[in-house]
Amino acid sequence: MSILIDKDTSFIIQGITGREAVNLTRENLDYGARIIGGVTPGRAGRDIYGVKVYDCVRDVVKHEGQPYGSIVSVPPRFTKDAVFEALENDIKLIVIVTENIPRREVAQMVELANLRGARIIGPNCLGMISPGEAKMGGVGGPAANTRQAYTKGNIGVMSRSGGMTTEIASTLTAAGLGQSTCVSIGGDAIVGTTYAELMPFFEDDPATEAIAIYSEPGGRMEAELAEWIAKNNSRLPVVAFMAGRFMDEMQGMRFGHAGTIVEGKEDTTADKIQRMEAAGISVAERIEEIPELIKQRLAEKK
Amino acid sequence: MRFYEYESKALFEKRGLPLGPRHLVTSADEARAKAAEIGGSVVLKSQVLSGGRMKAGAVKFADTPDEAAAHFEAILPIEVRGEKPHSILVESKSPIAQEYYVAVTWDGRNKKPVVIFSDMGGIDIEEVAETHPEHVSKTNFSSLLPITPRLAKEAIGAATVSGSDLNKLTPIVFELMKIFLEYDLTLAEINPLARLEDGSFAVLDGHIDMEAEARGSHKALLKELGIGDDETRQARPPTPFEIEGAKVNAVDHRGVAGNVVEFDGDLGLVIGAGGGSLTLFDAVRKHGGKPANYCEIGGNPSQSKAKNLTKLILSKPGVDKIAVMMNVVSNTRVDIVARGVIAGCIEAGRDPSEAIAIFRIPGAWEEEGFKILEKYGVDYCDRSVSMYDAAGRAVAKMQAGS
Repeated sequence: MSILIDKDTSFIIQGITGREAVNLTRENLDYGARIIGGVTPGRAGRDIYGVKVYDCVRDVVKHEGQPYGSIVSVPPRFTKDAVFEALENDIKLIVIVTENIPRREVAQMVELANLRGARIIGPNCLGMISPGEAKMGGVGGPAANTRQAYTKGNIGVMSRSGGMTTEIASTLTAAGLGQSTCVSIGGDAIVGTTYAELMPFFEDDPATEAIAIYSEPGGRMEAELAEWIAKNNSRLPVVAFMAGRFMDEMQGMRFGHAGTIVEGKEDTTADKIQRMEAAGISVAERIEEIPELIKQRLAEKK
Repeated sequence: MRFYEYESKALFEKRGLPLGPRHLVTSADEARAKAAEIGGSVVLKSQVLSGGRMKAGAVKFADTPDEAAAHFEAILPIEVRGEKPHSILVESKSPIAQEYYVAVTWDGRNKKPVVIFSDMGGIDIEEVAETHPEHVSKTNFSSLLPITPRLAKEAIGAATVSGSDLNKLTPIVFELMKIFLEYDLTLAEINPLARLEDGSFAVLDGHIDMEAEARGSHKALLKELGIGDDETRQARPPTPFEIEGAKVNAVDHRGVAGNVVEFDGDLGLVIGAGGGSLTLFDAVRKHGGKPANYCEIGGNPSQSKAKNLTKLILSKPGVDKIAVMMNVVSNTRVDIVARGVIAGCIEAGRDPSEAIAIFRIPGAWEEEGFKILEKYGVDYCDRSVSMYDAAGRAVAKMQAGS
């Protein structure tokens, strides 16, 4: 089992003829994804690795049937329109790869998604993977590299960094711990789906036995997760790695992702670590401690 | 991107919010003349981007034009958190009857804008929220659906305000909500928003932060306010080293090799990507290493970008070695980065096997990359060596060499 996606999940790629999207198409197809069409306005009739290109989402639906999801890989100034187009064509799961989208537009996309009963992952993310089943997004890169780092198993992974999603999965794999689903949630200040919003999915997934997360300075997402864990008496042990500890001393500077800026006390890693530990989350100092901490927590449960 | 107070006020005035007479001055004579023109008591305020002006003594009150000129001289040399004043604002000072606080910002949890209102303005709002929670209201509103003034009225009323103040404040708060959305702001704050003794309202101090990503959509406003395209408005101005780093990244659009931030250590870092850089920077420091810089490479940068970044970092005085490290890469090619950093060492007149303390980039095209590194005798490792341990190897070499 897995969350959000499995081998039967159908999706399209908006902006499919772009350089990055062409690579994405190839990598996802090679990993077994069901990509039923692509969209680039004015490019109808082309095909990308056998995937037919249409001018608009409506035409994909008409000719190929209703897709469940979409990967949006278009330039920032066209992203909101593309996401609205997906939502108004009944697409229920949208991965936004694009970065540098202003918060107002992200908030508007999220509001419309909520009104339409759909879910957004990202922006500024590499999507997600249910190892051995399917992947949707650039996470893990080419299929051969993806198979090397990710293996099927029982650990759910959530990460504000796309690259660190793979580093953590690779470390878990090396320690004999496979993954149920790994989600790169995006590095922006506002993202479609936060850790706390993914927790109920993992909680309901019989395959998931523990959670590993990558977190960093900025925002309230870790505080929100800590509150969720404390309130919901979660069955899942959670182990978090906190990066960017050096930023606590550097208020107002921006390092890494757009969402990392430290503006107040609650944005600091010290505050986040304290809140997470108080909620029973184990906080690792190094990535390589994650597998051992997970094994300990699982052993304590039995 | 933060606005100076005088810029924030210019935008507020443009949108019809109430402001007193004021002038931006750059000399003591000008301060004297403008204080006389305004008449009565005035306040002189240092124009800096960081907070804490009052504590630093960079805000002073004057009853006469001569006093204003003297205060100008006193404020001008004062640095606020290391920042020299851009200019000084001379503004009319009127007797205050009541101070309010209003701000609009993003609520990352609800993913909506939030208007924060209090009838205990003028002081630190976080403190008020803790000590007098009933006097602070937080009201979310939609960024998608149309908004109307009732949202502002509810926000004000929820902080225990009624009567004629409620009715007079509603259009001001509502306008601030609209300004926030229209200009892609991340913060629009008025503190204090005052009712003066004559019954009128005035914006006494204001702060605006605009989303850097949205600058392109608001060129007309930025031009009107006199904010240049090259003004980064970061917490501190970029160093020449950082400006060179930005140039390296701007050469082509293939991937990222930039976000260079200068530090005063001796170990050069060629690291990536977004989250990996934060992790590796921490790891170097935890081992007792002293980074000479922060940077980010990722998104499969061209070989020449990796080369130029390496050259730049090795050119920094005091930098003897670099550590080239990333998390397991997905779309960045290991061999391209390896070729780039080796070429960078050679062009800088350095032997790659000496200059590169460690190369730890596992992932796509690693076999090809490792072959190249071996040829040049560079110390490298694969994913079986953790990011933390790789950083430790680099720091150990620095310590052995010194």
